Amino acid sequence: MASQHQQTGVVNAGDLPDLPAPIRTEGAVAWMRDNLFKGVWNTLLTFVGLALLLYTIPPALNWLIFNANWTGGADACRVNPDGACWPFVTTRWEQFLYGFYEKSERWRINILLVILSIGIIWLAIEKMPLKKYMAIFMLFIFPVIAFFMMFGTEAYVKDIDKALALSAADGGSIFDPIRRLLRVPLAAANLKTVETSQWGGFTLTLVIALSGIVASLPLGVLLALGRRSKMKIISLLSTIFIEFWRGIPLVAVLFMATIMFPLFLPPGANFDQLMRAVIGVALFASAYMAEVVRGGLQAIPKGQYEGAMALGLPYSKMMRLIIMPQALKVVIPGIVNTFIGLFKDTTLVLIIALFDLLGIVQASIADPNWSIKSVPYTGYAFVAIVFWICCYSMARYSRYIEDKLHTGHKR
Amino acid sequence: MANNSSSPGGLAAIWRDPDKRAFLYQVIVVGLLIWLVGSIISNTAQNMESRGLASGFGFLKTNAGFGIITTPFLNYSEESSYGMVFLVGLINTIIMAFVGCILALILGFIVGIARLSNNWLIQKTATSFIELFRNIPLLLQILFWYSAVLKPLPGPRSLYEAGQKVFFSINNRGVIFAEPVGQAGMTTVWWSLLAGVILTLLVRWWAKQRQVKTGKQFPVFLTALALIIVLPLVVYFAKGSPMDFVPAEMSRFALKGGVTIIPEFVALLLALVVYTAAFIAEIVRAGIQSVSHGQTEAASALGVKPNHRMRLVVIPQAMRVIVPPLTSQFLNLTKNSSLATAIAYPDLFSVFAGTTLNQTGQAVEIMAMTLAVYLTLSLLTSAFMNWYNSRIKLVER
Repeated sequence: MASQHQQTGVVNAGDLPDLPAPIRTEGAVAWMRDNLFKGVWNTLLTFVGLALLLYTIPPALNWLIFNANWTGGADACRVNPDGACWPFVTTRWEQFLYGFYEKSERWRINILLVILSIGIIWLAIEKMPLKKYMAIFMLFIFPVIAFFMMFGTEAYVKDIDKALALSAADGGSIFDPIRRLLRVPLAAANLKTVETSQWGGFTLTLVIALSGIVASLPLGVLLALGRRSKMKIISLLSTIFIEFWRGIPLVAVLFMATIMFPLFLPPGANFDQLMRAVIGVALFASAYMAEVVRGGLQAIPKGQYEGAMALGLPYSKMMRLIIMPQALKVVIPGIVNTFIGLFKDTTLVLIIALFDLLGIVQASIADPNWSIKSVPYTGYAFVAIVFWICCYSMARYSRYIEDKLHTGHKR
Repeated sequence: MANNSSSPGGLAAIWRDPDKRAFLYQVIVVGLLIWLVGSIISNTAQNMESRGLASGFGFLKTNAGFGIITTPFLNYSEESSYGMVFLVGLINTIIMAFVGCILALILGFIVGIARLSNNWLIQKTATSFIELFRNIPLLLQILFWYSAVLKPLPGPRSLYEAGQKVFFSINNRGVIFAEPVGQAGMTTVWWSLLAGVILTLLVRWWAKQRQVKTGKQFPVFLTALALIIVLPLVVYFAKGSPMDFVPAEMSRFALKGGVTIIPEFVALLLALVVYTAAFIAEIVRAGIQSVSHGQTEAASALGVKPNHRMRLVVIPQAMRVIVPPLTSQFLNLTKNSSLATAIAYPDLFSVFAGTTLNQTGQAVEIMAMTLAVYLTLSLLTSAFMNWYNSRIKLVER
């Protein structure tokens, strides 16, 4: 624009000095005036907020860090009861992590934790190669490996041998080759059996939450498809199933799993307590997952369905190749949020006497050797910090994905 | 696709017809379901018989034989029946859910609006509140409030001497305050309160009519304040303060009299309210942010005052986004109140699905009744919120 009005009258030789910035719109003072003391009401709020923070934060920090006992044992904590008793955690962290899992076998959990973290990081980072295969591995193969590593293979090898001996007495059966094939890796691994009653601590929290989510994903997808199906009966049944599980509290689900489930099974058949809890959690989570996936299905424009049908794709291919890849991508934040909820809810298993992280800390607090005033607070603070870090980082990840997905709609 | 009649008949033809195929699928699913339900029923019957468990609802009339620490509105004693236990639990659950929902809504709204404040400090404090409390498991929060905050409080014996009168106290037996007892003139005060409420509704209706006709506004809020609070107060003092506050009195071991709110209730309520409020705050924030900035600007351009802008332009539109997820938070709170069983607050779950089930062993009936209650509460809450939602939602052409 300036070039259109070129004037020749006044010529400045050299640069004009820079104008100063408008008064106090930059710098700390202006920032504080704009954000903290803008008007009477705002100033008042600042002081109220400041008072609140001064009242809560310094004592909390003092208790957690500065005045806390970091070394020594129970005696040190007894001397100074006005600070957190971290030795309670440091002397027992193995128990908090592994529960009552046999000491000599804990390397198995370590290996699984390493694989798990690699898998999760792999899937969380966007530009990793072979993500599809990694997802399939983590969702379908890893759970099987994890189960056998955790539980051990000894018992299963024995079972197979028994079955083989029985069928040999009967003159062989068509399942024998399969049995022999299954026996090879199990026998090669030769892992000692560790009963699920010995599982506990953070490992158990992870086992319940992860198996819940892994089992609920396919089930949730099926239910969501069922609910949107044109087949009236299937849609009705899916809706009833989803609304039933969403309408009852998880405590009730766990109670049913412990008390009712054994009644439902044929006499003689029995399930392990942990297994029952996991089944209950998985069914519960699948109802929520179904609603999340349904939201994703609804977000796919109708043109996608019509386009797929116009290409002559049958229902299964349309869903698998066109709709699901788009829908699942949209609902990743929803899936992560469901997982966060499930992860927090695993603490409820303490009500049916399974010792997850909270359960084991709760039990340790009752230890008479540690009957010190600060120990319960320390225990709860420790569990809170662990859960907070896990949940908060997952929530941040979910927000990050959400922001990426919504780039087109930003105002 | 539809022209299948020309192709060769038989099974293949049925398979290629989507309608017939769908029918076949559904027949299979229903068949499987019937088989599953049938085998569950027969297994359960067999199992119950082999374990010698009774069936039927007769147990509801038998004597429960255990005490419950708090039984509002009902005369419950150890001689009462299991049916009474059910009612006590139900009432306790409903009270918890109702009070919890209201308090969580209020706290959630305050924090949600603070989250959007211009004040940096307030905004960050609200954000930290939300992030702190919604990322810690609820059960942990309940246990924390109960066994780390309320239980270690000093007991009444160390606080008061025998014979001392106590008007308000927070100790390890709960929150205790003086019991209000109405005297002769109190009925008039209640009537004046009722009159105040009715008058307020009338004034509100009249003010709206007038504003539609003439555009003139009327200070409805101040009038309401005067009618609902000041009027009964005036009547109260005019009648010579006909309400006595009977304090609790310290006997040798415990405080006698007064109104006691048990620590289990306080802990559960605190945890539920704070946890749910953190979620509601995020919902409120998202709702307010969903209202296009143009709406606020247009309101300012029309000269609408800032607080009216929020109340009359932004919030009503935000409510449309807020209400559906708010409903599910209310439902969550109701369901989460069953965590009472962890600290033995006598809600439905802990006294009925817990103690009663242990004593009678009638798992099927008791779980069915408990689940029915939660499903009904869920349905009622959804129905109410759906009604409210349909009232406020955008009327589209």
